[in-house]
Amino acid sequence: MYTFSGKLKTFSIILMALGIIGIAYGFLTAPKTVEEVEAILSEQHHGGHGSHDAHAAPAHGEATAHGANTASHDAHAANHEEHTATVTAVINDSTAHAADSTETHIAHVTEVTPAHAEANAHVAKADTHDAHAEHTKHLEHVLHQLQNKPWAAVYVGCIFFMLISLGIFTFNQIQYAASAGWSPVLFRVMEGLSAYLLPGSVLFFLLLLASSAHLNHLFIWMDADVVANDPLIAGKTGFLNIPFFLIRAVLFLGGWNLFRILSRRNSLALDETGDLTYFKKNFKLAAGYLVFFIITESIMSWDWIMSIDTHWYSTLFGWYVFASFFVTAVTIIALATLYLKNKGLLEFVNTSHIHDLAKFMFGLSIFWTYLWFSQFMLMWYANIPEEVTYFIFRIEEYNLPFFGMLALNFLLPILLLINTDFKRLSWIIVMAGACIIAGHYLDFFNMIMPGTVGASWFIGAAEIGSVLFFGGLFIFVGFSAIAKAPLLVKNNPMVEESKHFHY
Amino acid sequence: MSTKVLHVLYNDDDVLMDAVKTTRAAHHHIEEVFTPFPVHGLDKAMGLKPTRLAICAFIYGLCGLSFATFMMNYIMIQDWPQDIGGKPSFSYIQNMPSFVPIMFELTVFFAAHLMVITFFLRSRLWPFKKAENPDVRTTDDHFLMEVALHGSEEEALEFFRNTGAVEVKVIDKH
Repeated sequence: MYTFSGKLKTFSIILMALGIIGIAYGFLTAPKTVEEVEAILSEQHHGGHGSHDAHAAPAHGEATAHGANTASHDAHAANHEEHTATVTAVINDSTAHAADSTETHIAHVTEVTPAHAEANAHVAKADTHDAHAEHTKHLEHVLHQLQNKPWAAVYVGCIFFMLISLGIFTFNQIQYAASAGWSPVLFRVMEGLSAYLLPGSVLFFLLLLASSAHLNHLFIWMDADVVANDPLIAGKTGFLNIPFFLIRAVLFLGGWNLFRILSRRNSLALDETGDLTYFKKNFKLAAGYLVFFIITESIMSWDWIMSIDTHWYSTLFGWYVFASFFVTAVTIIALATLYLKNKGLLEFVNTSHIHDLAKFMFGLSIFWTYLWFSQFMLMWYANIPEEVTYFIFRIEEYNLPFFGMLALNFLLPILLLINTDFKRLSWIIVMAGACIIAGHYLDFFNMIMPGTVGASWFIGAAEIGSVLFFGGLFIFVGFSAIAKAPLLVKNNPMVEESKHFHY
Repeated sequence: MSTKVLHVLYNDDDVLMDAVKTTRAAHHHIEEVFTPFPVHGLDKAMGLKPTRLAICAFIYGLCGLSFATFMMNYIMIQDWPQDIGGKPSFSYIQNMPSFVPIMFELTVFFAAHLMVITFFLRSRLWPFKKAENPDVRTTDDHFLMEVALHGSEEEALEFFRNTGAVEVKVIDKH
């Protein structure tokens, strides 16, 4: 029996407290007026702030797209001359992508019509184009991005840890469905850590409610004005509307939690009674869950992540998101197991179990890379404006997190974990695990931030605070739950095999 | 001069594993074990050194990766520059993503084939080679352990019969 040590409890509470301070600081320092934004921008100006380039980009794109009105548009571009220093370097190939890359960008601003409409407007009243109005529009736009920023930061942290606990539960269910013989000694760790699913889901649902109540502008399709002016989004309202969105969220989150509660209950009942029908029940439950999971997980990824970039879509996005949180989940299981084993509590877990977890970390990292590349390469190669804009915007504005994530999620894990002997060394697994967790946090950051805050991103108090808060809560809930039951499952028919597992 | 060896036959891999352990514990020298299929953990039980084939595989993979990079750079960039989706034609790095499948495939190809060839060379296998296993039953359902004979023949025979062997023979090996 494990008791939640006072040290770890204090540590997790400190993390949560620091996290709350960080998040609160993020919200309090978000600019409230256009004037504040102007002050911020002029301060950052010489640092080459990203949004200037991004804003200048459409000017260039439109100018080429509407060749007839070149003169007026050149004037338009000239007005922004102080911002356009890098614009020619930024765009070298497509005009269309430039117009499109700001679409998400512009669409956030309630008052501003989407890019297509805007482009036409330029043609119509090219001569009367007013530089000042454009500048104000730009400031308002950045204001909305910066107001979104603390929300988006909380959103990334919240969904990341919620999905990790979901991934841990899924891993547990795969072991049941496959009747795996190696892993039952790790079941209690998985069950405990996946307990975060319930509080995580509640918090996440509250965030979705906040978005639905228009407290923030994370999802542009929730904005009636945007939808009215955007035929592409208007065509998706049959699926992307607030009531249906919330119903789906309740169904998915409720379903996963229900499966988890039932599975945990059966596992504890099996311990107490030794009645093997509970084992069979859990087997059937796991099979049912996996079917439910893969469908809901896919739709979940469209709803909660892909719909942020409403115009863009990718057909393997569900798999991609799954790979990302699943590899993180296995990593967390490995790290928690190592922590408990290090305290001498898991004497029945041997290096072969650790080795297997490390193999999963290694293999799933490559699986993630395979999906990432499959998604990237086709769009990069085809270079179709509505697709490739997603990556161009990330490469231009999120260059370091975009490529840094590849190093953390692919290069370092593959080099650290490729050797058989290394997969058994705790410190190697901890190092590779830290890379994987940081890398996949960045992956979620890259999936969510560009569509919500555009180029106005940086990893500041709110982002770090959000990770600390949800990480602390995850540790607190997870280890409290681990402490509630014996660390070794009893009466599971596979447990003897698992204890003697050797490779 | 001929040396004497014992050929000890078993018909079950679990019995064989236990026998290997007791044989080593009794300080008999196991020269070789012939099995009809790979027995899991036998190498560890026999005390064989871990294979270094994986290191070779890694190096071969790197060779394949380098070769693919060189090859695609020569074919698609240097010799006859190709327009790939409108990307700049004279830069390898800007066209690299489209070569990744080739780089991956050649990495796997080199690692796999050269690893097999290395394995054959290292274990002295080549086409039409005469089989080395001393008893044809080891290709069917028997396991044969070859042990060097030192000291009393009777004692050794007694010892190995007690390890669950189905047959123990003394052979003059040339």
